[in-house]
Amino acid sequence: MTAELIALSAKAAADAISAGELDRAEYFAAYRARSAADELNAYVWISEEGGARAAPVSGELGGVPLAVKDLFCTEGVPSQAGSKILEGYRPPYTATVVEQLTAAGTVLLGKTNQDEFAMGSSNENSAYGPVLNPWDRTRVPGGSSGGSAAAVAAGLAPWALGTDTGGSIRQPAALCGIVGLKPTYGSVSRYGMIAFASSLDQAGPLARDVTDAALLYRHMAGRDPRDATSVAHPEELVLPSAQDLAGLRLGVPEDLTGEGVEPGVMAAFEAALAQAEALGATVERVALPHADYGLSAYYVLAPAECSSNLSRFDGVRYGLRTPADDLTAMYTQTRHDGFGPEVKRRVMLGTYVLSSGFYDAYYASAQKVRTLIAEDFARAFERVDFLVTPTSPGVAFELGALTGDPLAMYLNDYFTVPMSLAGVPAISLPCGLSDGLPVGLQLAGPAFSENRLLDAAHALEAAFGFDGAAVRA
Amino acid sequence: MIDREQVLHVARLARLELTEEETERMSEELSKVLGHIEKIGELDLAQVEPTSHVVAVDVALRPDEPHRSLPRDVALAPAPDVADGGFRVPSPQA
Repeated sequence: MTAELIALSAKAAADAISAGELDRAEYFAAYRARSAADELNAYVWISEEGGARAAPVSGELGGVPLAVKDLFCTEGVPSQAGSKILEGYRPPYTATVVEQLTAAGTVLLGKTNQDEFAMGSSNENSAYGPVLNPWDRTRVPGGSSGGSAAAVAAGLAPWALGTDTGGSIRQPAALCGIVGLKPTYGSVSRYGMIAFASSLDQAGPLARDVTDAALLYRHMAGRDPRDATSVAHPEELVLPSAQDLAGLRLGVPEDLTGEGVEPGVMAAFEAALAQAEALGATVERVALPHADYGLSAYYVLAPAECSSNLSRFDGVRYGLRTPADDLTAMYTQTRHDGFGPEVKRRVMLGTYVLSSGFYDAYYASAQKVRTLIAEDFARAFERVDFLVTPTSPGVAFELGALTGDPLAMYLNDYFTVPMSLAGVPAISLPCGLSDGLPVGLQLAGPAFSENRLLDAAHALEAAFGFDGAAVRA
Repeated sequence: MIDREQVLHVARLARLELTEEETERMSEELSKVLGHIEKIGELDLAQVEPTSHVVAVDVALRPDEPHRSLPRDVALAPAPDVADGGFRVPSPQA
């Protein structure tokens, strides 16, 4: 019975609950039992038994459990952002996006493990231990939304919330063989998301298929008076239905070739392009001349914003405090004890590039590169409907393989960072296997093109016929 | 190249204590990442406007209407040390 319940997509389950064919308490209990037996370390907190009964019944998502990345504030429920400095923190309020999804009928199933403050590409930077990839438990799930991706891939959650700053939804989705959408910047409220880099952070869905991703996103989007940078989506968000790609033009960025792409990933990518052509799309090369500078600009802007955002963790209002005799020592020792190595590295890097005498050379220049990249995208979208790349240069790597080399770890974000800098939406969907491990295809479109983007992904998904059922067993 | 003195200076600015070992490692790792960032120097950026924010947000004014904020005891509940209805910290001049 449990196997049948877990096999349902989130939408199928929501529809069955609404039709009175599925008992939502039984459905919730099935996921809760699987999550409680989690061997992947995907969860850092799991709801109590019977959590479904307290929830409202109304709403399109009528009772479907939801896994939520740890960094979303959830009132009275641990929200630690993968950091020791927030150990035991139970916020007094809930993030807008979680409130919206609760109102739409989802029920909080658990909080998922992540890289500390969303800084990482392997989930190995969590203070609560690494997450294992369900396809191969000696490998990483990607990051920073690694717990959310592993939970969805392994059938420990029907779907999950993640956040993406430079690839943190798309890359783990690719490495775990599921669908991940980074929406247009501003289309989802950031209120109650523990901030990393505010001009880049964006919440999005991780789901088993494109339809589920679209369904969850539909209830996430919206202007929020509590986030002044949020904007109303100009279109009504609908579920995807396209069966082909007739008349669509896809662009492969010729400047974003990345010599480091694994042959197996390149083979799967090229096979995906051939299938897109078979569905009626044309594929052409487009220029994105500054995309290759994206990673350099990103590793100025994101650490700079992080060093500012993380100044709030000072041992005064919440979280860890290391006692000391004077105030400055309390700050410096608390931050020493509470932050992990990668967070310290980025706080240092960000403070350095913002410090007197270096600001123009680094931060101001990186902001100018951001302009050039946004202009590249605008020009490309005059010629093509979507840009396509592999999501990640490689498949899931072995645990520990890159922990000693921060720069090599950063190169994982090579294909995902430019879209973040340009603020445009991008989706990763599984397009095949390389050595038995999933490969993700990334599609990016102009700002607010989610309806068309999800439609195209929907048509491709059917053609790829990717099957992740084995890892959910 | 970012040397030991610069690392310690930046750590002071960041209110972050580093062990001897962390200081050594930070010097090496930051230099490597900054080396990659130097790639930006290849571009002529003199005539380019900076972008701080990608989405055009009009000046986000809202009506000045009072609303209930968190009750004091709720706001103080997660704090490590509380006294007299406020956050207690060690003296800045101890």
